[in-house]
Amino acid sequence: MDETKSALKIAVLVKHVPDTQFDRHLQGSDHSTDRSESILSELDEYALEAALQVIEAHGGEAAGHRVTAITMGPAAAVNAVKKALQIGAHDGVHLTDDALAGSDASGTSRALAAVVRHLGDVDIVLTGMASTDGETSLVPAQLAELLELPQVTFASSLEIGDDDGAWRLSARRESDNYAETVECSLPAVVSVTDQINEPRYPNFKAIMAAKKKSVCTLSLADIGLDASQVGLEGSWTRVEDAQPRPPRTQGTIITDEGDAGLRLVDFLAEQKLL
Amino acid sequence: MATVLVYIDNPGDSLHKTDRELLTLARILGTPAAAFIGELSPAVAEELGTFGVSSVYQPSTPGLDELLVAGKAAFLSAAASATQAAAILLGNTFEAKEIAARTGIRLASGVITDAVAVSEDFQVTKSVFAGSYTVQATVTSGTPIVTVKANSVEVQPAPEGCVPETHTVDVDVPAAAARITSRIEKAASGRPTLDEAQVVVAGGRGVDGNFGPIEDLADVLGGAVGASRAATDAGWIEHAAQVGQTGKTVSPRLYISAGISGAIQQKSGMQTAKVIVAVNKDADAPVFEIADFGIVGDLSTVLPQATEEIRKRKG
Ligand SMILES: Cc1cc2nc3c(=O)[nH]c(=O)nc-3n(C[C@H](O)[C@H](O)[C@H](O)COP(=O)(O)OP(=O)(O)OC[C@H]3O[C@@H](n4cnc5c(N)ncnc54)[C@H](O)[C@@H]3O)c2cc1C
Repeated sequence: MDETKSALKIAVLVKHVPDTQFDRHLQGSDHSTDRSESILSELDEYALEAALQVIEAHGGEAAGHRVTAITMGPAAAVNAVKKALQIGAHDGVHLTDDALAGSDASGTSRALAAVVRHLGDVDIVLTGMASTDGETSLVPAQLAELLELPQVTFASSLEIGDDDGAWRLSARRESDNYAETVECSLPAVVSVTDQINEPRYPNFKAIMAAKKKSVCTLSLADIGLDASQVGLEGSWTRVEDAQPRPPRTQGTIITDEGDAGLRLVDFLAEQKLL
Repeated sequence: MATVLVYIDNPGDSLHKTDRELLTLARILGTPAAAFIGELSPAVAEELGTFGVSSVYQPSTPGLDELLVAGKAAFLSAAASATQAAAILLGNTFEAKEIAARTGIRLASGVITDAVAVSEDFQVTKSVFAGSYTVQATVTSGTPIVTVKANSVEVQPAPEGCVPETHTVDVDVPAAAARITSRIEKAASGRPTLDEAQVVVAGGRGVDGNFGPIEDLADVLGGAVGASRAATDAGWIEHAAQVGQTGKTVSPRLYISAGISGAIQQKSGMQTAKVIVAVNKDADAPVFEIADFGIVGDLSTVLPQATEEIRKRKG
């Protein structure tokens, strides 16, 4: 590693979310998310992998680089951090406080920004492209605004390089209409898509090693936030009502006997879709 | 009536369909005004007038486009303050949602994404968990900021048009922003965009490298082409065509799924379509569980036959 550059400190935000493989539910009078069957959001695995690849490209842990997995949520949310430690994060942080329950994107961003400030000297805040529960993609942009850092979101590739002794980040992004390259200096807030890499699986050795890694538990008081700034009280949006959508039912299924294309057109005509 | 500010990003020579939808909604909810980024051509100015927009706000600083999101959010929040907007509407693209996100922090205002309807008291209807719930949400602090999904509003010009006046808004460009250093435009396909299309024909691994039958059927139906991740990962079609959890969420009137198994991540992007048609060789493919009309068969014969028949009937 270049002597003039400091070791990288990367904070990866990992969310404990209801498993998308099962039916998901809202509960209670505040229509909050039922988190019983929860796992590490699979989209955050891409962020963790990206963090690990970045430091491995620059000498890894031996060079002093560190990847810290951060989550916020009730007691069980620590499982997302533990999974991240098995995959390769070096240590973890769990922000937990009863007052956090029901936080919307703004409340979540405020809390996570306070954790990042509390840690200090974070070079990159890395996140997935969206949580698989809220699916809003608001948090990375809100973190950038709150922390007054450059935002590099929806990166489909990522490179950290040298710029006269300082770290510099370059990323590619793709949208409907264009492919672009963006650059900034560090620190920065970065979110990555599922195009960026193939997340690794923890092996037995890594799972055993993770048991020795530390998870620091923080409360709101530890990070200097008031309960009124988070949770239902500190959120700027509220879910007033929620109705489960009737599940789709199976319609007509036919087997092609040489005329299925014609029968498809008949169906479209009946439905007035032609 | 209170001002409802619509964010319009580089429409080019004419407004996009989603811009017109947002302007229509703004007029239903109040007096529409536009926070406008890009070159305001005379044709677009006139079009804004037909939707009853009498004031168009533009940033004092050029070059906001070269900064990722931060500059545009600084502009939108400045425009919102200048107009004392009662609400702010944006489209539902990833970038628009992020502009909304940062504007929300700047204005201490709540942001609601993925709206399919907004009522006069700014109560917002949206669906969550990939369409398994419909929720009503409200903004409880600041100016409601709502990103609205395409096809949620029927476009309707104002009964009386006007000639918009342009105003400049001072923007403090944030120092901490990522800079866009190169941008390559993709060639336009001539088909409707996935978000806006009323018909989507999507292909998966089952097309085995040949999107021809998918494209032909999409074209006779005036639809867009979509794909599963397996097809985009294979490089058979660009990533922007991906429908699903990490691609586009679409709710067209008709979604035709061909050679796609219907994994949960694919379903989550299309199961709010009005009518779903599935063509798959495997009778046990999960996509049939949600199909209104399913064909167990080979897409490479079924689709061309349907395409041919539609051409014939259309004469
Ligand atoms: C984090 C994450 C995010 C993801 N996001 C998305 C997403 O956004 N969108 C998405 O689509 N997937 C997504 N996936 C992938 C998803 O899990 C599936 O792997 C993918 O959708 C499978 O694509 P497929 O159905 O085309 O391929 P397959 O599962 O291989 O299915 C191909 C189907 O084609 C049928 N077939 C084959 N030949 C023919 C023929 N000639 N005629 C008719 N039928 C034929 C087969 O019977 C089979 O059912 C994601 C996965 C992960 C882990």
